[in-house]
Amino acid sequence: MEPIIEIRGLKKHFGQLEVLGDIQFSVAAGEVICLIGASGSGKSTLLRCVNLLETPDAGEILVHGQDILRGKMDVNQYRARVGMVFQSFNLFGNMDVLKNCVVGQTHVLRRDKEEARQKALYFLEKVGMKDFLSAAPDQLSGGQKQRVAIARALCMDPEVLLFDEPTSALDPEMVGGVLEVMKGLARDGLTMIVVTHEMAFAREVSTRVVFMDKGVIAEEGTPEDIFQHPRNPRTREFLSRYIRR
Amino acid sequence: MSLSKIAEIAVRYWPLFWAGTKVTLLVSLTGTIVGLAIGLVVGSVRAVRVEPRDGAGTRLLKRLVHALTSIYIEVFRGTPMMVQAVFLYYLLKPALGWNPMVAGVCIISVNTGAYMAEIIRAGIQSVDRGQTEAARSIGMSAMQTMFIVVLPQAVKNSFPAIGNEFVVNIKDSSVLSAISVTDLFFQSNGVAGSLFLYTETMAVTALIYLVLTFTTTRILGAIEHRMGRPRSSFPASQTIPGGVSPADGVAPAGSP
Repeated sequence: MEPIIEIRGLKKHFGQLEVLGDIQFSVAAGEVICLIGASGSGKSTLLRCVNLLETPDAGEILVHGQDILRGKMDVNQYRARVGMVFQSFNLFGNMDVLKNCVVGQTHVLRRDKEEARQKALYFLEKVGMKDFLSAAPDQLSGGQKQRVAIARALCMDPEVLLFDEPTSALDPEMVGGVLEVMKGLARDGLTMIVVTHEMAFAREVSTRVVFMDKGVIAEEGTPEDIFQHPRNPRTREFLSRYIRR
Repeated sequence: MSLSKIAEIAVRYWPLFWAGTKVTLLVSLTGTIVGLAIGLVVGSVRAVRVEPRDGAGTRLLKRLVHALTSIYIEVFRGTPMMVQAVFLYYLLKPALGWNPMVAGVCIISVNTGAYMAEIIRAGIQSVDRGQTEAARSIGMSAMQTMFIVVLPQAVKNSFPAIGNEFVVNIKDSSVLSAISVTDLFFQSNGVAGSLFLYTETMAVTALIYLVLTFTTTRILGAIEHRMGRPRSSFPASQTIPGGVSPADGVAPAGSP
């Protein structure tokens, strides 16, 4: 299948430190890709390069065949099509729940207010946050904030939704609700790239697992390949710390 | 210094004190509001950083704007407002033909703007970087991010410092009497000079300033308190303004 996003030869340094070295990576419609690996292996940086929150030092990012790093493509329009859910939620602190979900639609996609509101209500209901429309972000729990953040991203009708450790900042009892929402999205066929330490989620939901180590993709394959028959010794070592058997 | 003398001066010259008080309030309030407007523009411009994606022209422009705003802030924060007032009033009088009142309002505004710019810049930097990243991730431009997401939170965070500038201006507008702005101090000085009773007159003046700053501080404190208060508790009554309520039992239209 023709990839939505194709990354070729991507490199990224922070000062002297090489964070990403020569990444080849592609995403096709309907895929749910989990990026796993130790802290500092470059998972989050790769994800942040995909929507240009980090600017790569070298390489190409092709979106439907067009290079967004060099072409005259509008970066803001591109970002509107690639949603992002952050570890620390980042709900707009000066807006209530409904406004958080409406503002991007009206100001970036230029939808009219009523259409934007209806869409926000639809997705807030989907994530179970419809009773909190006029709540301020600081009145919500972490799990509630993250579900609103997911609704906010969905309201933009993204082609791909990126998740950067969406449950890492949550209290353990909040994790389940957020993962349930994400599983629902995967079932609906949304294309997702998820940086996660939730191995059970990766195993159950993903169509492809990418294991990163020291800034490169060390191994990738189906969840069964990676979790049952890992070939790379680094993968085995990493997984042994998560899965006891 | 006798109390009865002070009371007598206050009662007899009340119209002059009152006229001066009105000018002081007008000048300091206008100066604070216009200064805030200047500070919002200059402060947000100064918060713009050079980014790796910027071309040579953009880089140069950003550096130039940064240098110019730095000069403005350093000069106006680094010299006394009284010197600024006298210097600029006489410098620009031939060209603008302005009267002391107009000049006074302009000078206090520009002076306050320099302080406000630093307050706003600090306020912007106090807003979590994640707010900017979230705004950019849904496709907002740098400008939209600043004006829709960052600046409102920066202003809210800096409200105490902004309010403090108003209190400072109530007091410091007195230096504008050097260019004959007929504020409270100017009027008091006139009264004191004609009676040759400086101590007693200035006791009245000081008391009026104290009432002004005390009242202002309390009002600002009350506003600050209101801003920090949550709007209501949740889960709240499940009403959706002008739209579908859960009692209708239907999913809203407009699904994708």
